[in-house]
Amino acid sequence: MSDKKKLTDTQREKERWEKTTLPKWIHNHPERRSNFHTTSEIPIKRLYTPEDMQNLDYLKDLSFPGEFPFTRGLHATMYRGRLWTMRMFSGYGTADQTNQRFKYLLDEGETGLSIAFDYPTIMGYDPDHPLATGEVGICGVAVSSLKDMEVLLDQIPLDKVTTSMTINGPAAMLLAMYVAVGDKQGIPRERIGGTTQNDMLKEFFAQKLCIFPPKPSLKLVTDIIEYCTRHLPRWNPVSISGYHIREAGANALQELAFTLYDGITYVESILERGLKVDDFAPRLSFFFASHNNLFEEVAKFRAARRLWAKIMKERFHAKNPRSMWMRMHVQTSGCTLTAKQPLNNITRTTIEALAAVIGGTQSLHTNSFDEALCLPTEEAVRVALRTQQIIAHESGAPDTIDPLAGSYYIEALTDELEERAMDYIQRIDAMGGALVAIEKGFFQKEIADSSYKYQIETDRKKRIVVGVNEYTTGEEIPISILRIDPKVEEEQVARVEKLRRERDNRKVEEVLKKLHYAAERDTNLMPVIIEAVKDYATLGEICGVLRKIHGEYKELIVI
Amino acid sequence: MERKGKIRVLIAKPGLDSHDRGAKIVARSLRDAGMEVIYTGLRQTPEQIAETALQEDVDVIGLSILSGAHKALFPRIMELVKKKGLTDVMVFAGGIIPKEDIPEMKKLGISQIFGPGTPTETIVRFVFDNAPERT
Amino acid sequence: MLAGDRRKTARAITIIENKLTEAQRLIGSIFPHTGKAFIIGITGPGGSGKSTLIEKIIREYRQRGKTVGVIAVDPTSPFTGGAFLGDRIRMQDLSTDQGVFIRSMATRNYPGGIARATKDAVKILDASGKDIVIVETVGAGQSEVDIIKVAQTIVVLFAPGLGDEIQAIKAGIMEIGDIFVVNKADRENADKATMDIQAMLQLNNKEKKWKSPVLKTIALTGEGVPELIDEIEKHKFFLEKEIERKRSREKAEAELVEAIREKVASSIIVELKREGTLEEFLQKILEKKMDPDSIAEKLLHKKFGKPVQKR
Repeated sequence: MSDKKKLTDTQREKERWEKTTLPKWIHNHPERRSNFHTTSEIPIKRLYTPEDMQNLDYLKDLSFPGEFPFTRGLHATMYRGRLWTMRMFSGYGTADQTNQRFKYLLDEGETGLSIAFDYPTIMGYDPDHPLATGEVGICGVAVSSLKDMEVLLDQIPLDKVTTSMTINGPAAMLLAMYVAVGDKQGIPRERIGGTTQNDMLKEFFAQKLCIFPPKPSLKLVTDIIEYCTRHLPRWNPVSISGYHIREAGANALQELAFTLYDGITYVESILERGLKVDDFAPRLSFFFASHNNLFEEVAKFRAARRLWAKIMKERFHAKNPRSMWMRMHVQTSGCTLTAKQPLNNITRTTIEALAAVIGGTQSLHTNSFDEALCLPTEEAVRVALRTQQIIAHESGAPDTIDPLAGSYYIEALTDELEERAMDYIQRIDAMGGALVAIEKGFFQKEIADSSYKYQIETDRKKRIVVGVNEYTTGEEIPISILRIDPKVEEEQVARVEKLRRERDNRKVEEVLKKLHYAAERDTNLMPVIIEAVKDYATLGEICGVLRKIHGEYKELIVI
Repeated sequence: MERKGKIRVLIAKPGLDSHDRGAKIVARSLRDAGMEVIYTGLRQTPEQIAETALQEDVDVIGLSILSGAHKALFPRIMELVKKKGLTDVMVFAGGIIPKEDIPEMKKLGISQIFGPGTPTETIVRFVFDNAPERT
Repeated sequence: MLAGDRRKTARAITIIENKLTEAQRLIGSIFPHTGKAFIIGITGPGGSGKSTLIEKIIREYRQRGKTVGVIAVDPTSPFTGGAFLGDRIRMQDLSTDQGVFIRSMATRNYPGGIARATKDAVKILDASGKDIVIVETVGAGQSEVDIIKVAQTIVVLFAPGLGDEIQAIKAGIMEIGDIFVVNKADRENADKATMDIQAMLQLNNKEKKWKSPVLKTIALTGEGVPELIDEIEKHKFFLEKEIERKRSREKAEAELVEAIREKVASSIIVELKREGTLEEFLQKILEKKMDPDSIAEKLLHKKFGKPVQKR
């Protein structure tokens, strides 16, 4: 029987089923809602059949893992060869405290480090800055100078462990500190591996941790990418992020489209510097969220890989297959976790982690169940790590590659997300690109509308959040939460003051002047920033020089 | 007695916390409920917040904070609010503020703390019912 | 408040905004203390960089030793009656400067109401001792044109590529603008925008004594702002020399007429309501038995006892 005839038969039988078998069931058990859709407002059909996959060309659209368009995975063996990196985002209090947490997690089986910095560090302020009051060491680790970075990475072999640093505005300064520690450990720079998030575009419309205005920020991002391309070949200079876009309220489709567009913008800006696409593209990496509509998330990851591969090949004419790889880190969603009945969050995180694994991520962070209450306690972070380990060793999910391929639903969803994401990309192209769109408030409006819609749906119980608007229990079981000792701030301030007294201040003054000079011209700032850091200029002092020149960014508010 | 004029609300984000999703949703909901909402964006110091509340002669201040820095910032904000004579302004807060800290915050003069997952309508209703009357 | 007490200034603005009973008395009592501040209106479409420019303007004036008040006007939603007032975010760094006072006002959608309220709020800031009062609005629409007329110098802002030159002509902004500014002057089409506006102004400028200049600024960096202030000061000087006094007298007369009109109308309507005859008259209009003009004449005749002058 020919394929065409099989298809027509199936279609005919489906119609018959809809006319004869289905109505009885609808009558006795009306469907729970009048329409079902994903977070991206893609309608979910009652049933998917071969009809939905009829246009799929296996060799063109899916192909094989490790081959264009990489829909099924980047590596030919995927998790059968090597499991994803279990990389838990962590940091709080002092460098010493976090160093202890790092050692704990490495002992418990995590395979890569990921540093969470506190707000003053993220914003390039020293702990004695007025805006730093009450914030030092609270949301992450305080790193004010190279001295702190040395303590933070004490006894961590930088040639054996890779580290991801979630840092954007002052990414250059923290990367410089990391490199300086590597130099001190005697490790050749070509062996240092890790990632700096360094994705300023999404700061302007999602995470909002911007220091300087868009143009100078983009220049710094490009400086870092260019420097790493030439001198730190194992370093991923940028982690093009969708996580924050999603957490700010975007849906899966917007997360996908806006992240890809940010990627496009960075590639264009590096090409303007005269580098060739295959020189730097293999080291571009991505960072996505994983939410709890498992199937939509899996489809999103697959669509992301396929789309990026096509963009790199067709739009940017990459020749090296590695330039077309979308290597991703995934973090399970924070905003889906609840303060009420926090143990339920373990279940949510499990679903989200499973989606990331089935979706083929290279690296994964799982949130702790106390996410909506505080920074993770040791116990909570251990459970989160175990979640990954249980998926890895007990679920069977990593034992075959891209297990959901061929599912009528998954392939239909993957195609739909790809198509709709391309629409967005074309729209933003027509607008004039990402910087124009940011100025016009385009991303911000899309995100604000999605996030408002989500809230209204939750308020009106069109969307059920267990424990919050349904299945609420009267009493809450108290759980212990992590508290940061307020003395941390005092101690950090004292540490910085001591550093300022004991270092060679003449050298610091000179190197800051040098930085000022370089920053007013078009030179790559990384070398002079590394110098400044090694002279023990503080983070606040280095960022202060750039603040003076470029001013501070005030965001466009769209509600 | 029917209220004359509109309820004016200042929605403020003190400190370095940049999570504004909730603050913006509350701002929008209050606007949609007929109030005038002044939103001053991220990274406001206690001085800026108190001074803005004074200049805008607001009836209500809503503070949003998820970074844990409320213990240091809220006392300073409430001190300034009192010092500037804004004693009839109703202050509420939302974000990530552990239950154990709530009694202390209320003692400072904060009327209500809304945790994550609070329905927006609850907040809007609270502001309606508790915004001071202006005569 | 006259001594510059900020709390009292803020409360005073609320009083006139809410049209509370003391509003009348308040305006009456501060009136003698007004007329000292110089009032600048700044208007332009969203995206033109108004608020960023205003922040730089305030800084420049502060450097020159002046105190500044700002009224930032934003539209009230016609559906919900609420408003989102976000203009001060770009000026927030100045909020703790004791020489600066910023107030956000919503249009509150009563016809002509916001122009009146803005005028009164400006009077309050004037009386509280501010040297300069800046009124900021979005440039589209008739009510925005009315608001901005409270100013002595009107600055109209454009940004290249937004395509709003036509909008501005429609709204009558080109006629009342005294200084035109092309912001984001580092953009490609800034020169073209400047030339387009100059061309549009040529015709207007022929008739006028003050030739409206077109300036370029980059609000983000502050480039062009000192020159803008200089131009504003030039215009101020021009006004002082010129027939400002005549205009002020005309303005005062127009304000008086407006005030009388409003009070007579409201007092008569209140009376009709009290007598219970309002509905009767409204019915007559609806059934086309009598037209509003004739009814008004009849009522005024009854009140004043002599025929009103025919138009």
